[in-house]
Amino acid sequence: MTTPNITQEVLTTADGVPLKTSLNHALRRRKIRSLLLVAPLFFFILLTFLIPITDMLLRSVDNKIVPTLLHRTIPLLAGWDETGQDLPDEPVFHAMVEDIKEGAAAKTILRLGRRLNFERAGMSSLFRKTSRRVKRLGQVDSYREAMLKIDRQWGDIKTWRLIKRESGTMTLSHFLSAVDRQRNDDGTIGLKPKYKRIYIKLFGRTMALSLLITALTVLLGYPIAYLLATLPTKTGNLLIILVLLPFWTSLLVRTSAWIALLQKEGVINDLLVALGIIADNHRLTMIHNQIGTVVAMTHILLPFMVLPLYSVMKTIPPSYVRAARSLGATRFTAFIQIYLPNSVPGIGAGGILVFILAIGYYITPELVGGTSGTFISNMIAYHIQGSLNWGLGAALGTLLLLLVLALYILYDKLVGIDNMKLG
Amino acid sequence: MNKVMKLMLIALAMVAFTAGTTLAKTELVIVSWGGAYTASQQKAYHEPYMKLHPDIQIINDDSAGSGAAKLRAQIEAGNVTWDLLDALAADAIALCDEGLVEEINPDTMLAPAPDGTPASKDFGDLLISPCFIPEIVYSTTFGYRKDKFKTPPTTIADVFDLKKFPGKRALEKKPVGNLEWALIADGVDVAKVYDVLGTPEGVDRAFKKLGTIKDSVIWWSKGAQPPQLLADGEVTIASAYNGRLFNAIAKEKQPIAMLWDYQLFDLDGWVVPKAAPHKKEILEYLKFATDTQRLADQAKYISYGPARKSSAPLVGKHAELGIDMKPHMPTAPENSKHVIVKNHLWWADHEVELTERFNAWLAE
Repeated sequence: MTTPNITQEVLTTADGVPLKTSLNHALRRRKIRSLLLVAPLFFFILLTFLIPITDMLLRSVDNKIVPTLLHRTIPLLAGWDETGQDLPDEPVFHAMVEDIKEGAAAKTILRLGRRLNFERAGMSSLFRKTSRRVKRLGQVDSYREAMLKIDRQWGDIKTWRLIKRESGTMTLSHFLSAVDRQRNDDGTIGLKPKYKRIYIKLFGRTMALSLLITALTVLLGYPIAYLLATLPTKTGNLLIILVLLPFWTSLLVRTSAWIALLQKEGVINDLLVALGIIADNHRLTMIHNQIGTVVAMTHILLPFMVLPLYSVMKTIPPSYVRAARSLGATRFTAFIQIYLPNSVPGIGAGGILVFILAIGYYITPELVGGTSGTFISNMIAYHIQGSLNWGLGAALGTLLLLLVLALYILYDKLVGIDNMKLG
Repeated sequence: MNKVMKLMLIALAMVAFTAGTTLAKTELVIVSWGGAYTASQQKAYHEPYMKLHPDIQIINDDSAGSGAAKLRAQIEAGNVTWDLLDALAADAIALCDEGLVEEINPDTMLAPAPDGTPASKDFGDLLISPCFIPEIVYSTTFGYRKDKFKTPPTTIADVFDLKKFPGKRALEKKPVGNLEWALIADGVDVAKVYDVLGTPEGVDRAFKKLGTIKDSVIWWSKGAQPPQLLADGEVTIASAYNGRLFNAIAKEKQPIAMLWDYQLFDLDGWVVPKAAPHKKEILEYLKFATDTQRLADQAKYISYGPARKSSAPLVGKHAELGIDMKPHMPTAPENSKHVIVKNHLWWADHEVELTERFNAWLAE
């Protein structure tokens, strides 16, 4: 009986509840409370961001329209051998006539024509013409003959191969297009003809120019931020307004101002000619090309680099550099070994901010980029607003998103994402 | 005290009353292009209509530039806030095909011409889609700097002739128009342009011809750019919407002149969104706004040709400048000796394919 029995005894609170249980209760309550506090923001993001983005991403593979509108034809087509040289049998033609009749009555068939026209030019008018003519089609002996008479494209085996290929509720064709690939007639995936390849090139250019713009904002923004951070607060605050001022000016105004400055008959060229540096007939081409895009976007995005840099530099105690100097470091060594590493979180934050904004820009490249300075976002905008091919627009957007995520992971591996600070 | 209370009550009642009357007005949201174009519609259509119907308030929304995409988003979300959309013919066809806009029967839903000609005849072949009611005929044509050439350019071939007419060109960053002009400048008969463009060799030929001036072209994407490029002297010849050129020449007195040879005719007009919130009211408005007099009135404020045949003789003087507008219409006989009528159905088939190729060609 020498060993005390404390370990056996359960510790309880004043009202007899075991201490452990009571602690768990308290912790759970706190957890619920914090979850409830986060919940509004979470639902807000879910509703306004996650759900719409997912919906948009799903459009890149959505193809329900084909099997829905051709619900008689598609099951019959499954039994047709598309690798042979024969057209589908009479029942398939009959089913197609019925599907088109139904679609024409419901006024939905032309949507199908538009969908298939994204794959092959001419499908839009094929369905337009056929839907007009089948309405008047009565009892016929051979639907195949009747359809061939309406348009000989129905006798082209490629039309039927296309319909069979795109008969699933999901399609990869938008993603294939987005990487300059297409399905060949035999069903294999190959490159598009050279004169149609564009997206890969634009993805590459978007990445390269955005990195260049980010690098330029670091080069230009670092000294400004340093100056702002080291000046007395009063002067510093005044100068900050100068950084913010262009920020408050409309994007279009700033872009147009660059056009006035950089164009052939613009301010800079006029000045150079007046000073005799260049001849009048050798004016420099500085806009409607990559130079225009890089210059205008670097200027527009500069505040996004200066502000995080400034707020990080503000927190670096001046005594660090003084200590290094007093220990015998030169100005250069003190900067490289002490100041620069301390300001890296600002460079990281500004860099990510500028880069992400840059790859999504499209108005500035559209106006000053000419043909060599446009971005992939210009094509996304075209497909969303112009061609209304939202599937391809969504596929391009998805690829861009994946590319950014990949770069983000790379950044995390190289620099570490924890090492980023906005202030 | 009592007096003050009384006064306050009266004031309150008045506020309630005015609030009540403003609420009673039906607000029709009409989407158009903004700027001078919406202003011309405001003067020619909206203001007279609101005068006739004091219970209607017309709200202008300037987002027609991305109208097709936004309308589609509204309809898919089941929340249509627009009553009427101003759209280019090509977009109207696409919207109609997608089933996003209503079909309109011109003879029962639109006003006949003053002489009784039914609307379907009065608009004629401009009714290119069952959903689309054209307002104006506009053209994409050329303007050039008068001061830069001794002999002015007179034909479309001159646009492609960099030796005789040196200087940069501005062209729209689209295959539409440019490919047609390239073929005509290369000697193709205008009647056969779309047949030739329909063949792979024809497309190659058009791109080859465009390639002869490619290095001297600045490509524009917004209608305001080409007059500006001409005014700044950045280019010597530019393709542009004729109304924009008219503004630069007649209003801003820029040293620019028109080159109407083979102008590309296109249409702009109305479509009624599916599930528009005030269907009944907007159809009534539409009947008024597309009648003969209203279409002719619009030409007082902007130099686009009215889409009805019966409106043409009624076109008068510009409301501010006092210039006779008839010779500035793209449809005027002396301007329309050579025209390309854009083949919308052909482009509905080929736009995607050729835009892809055009963009790849630009990026080469």
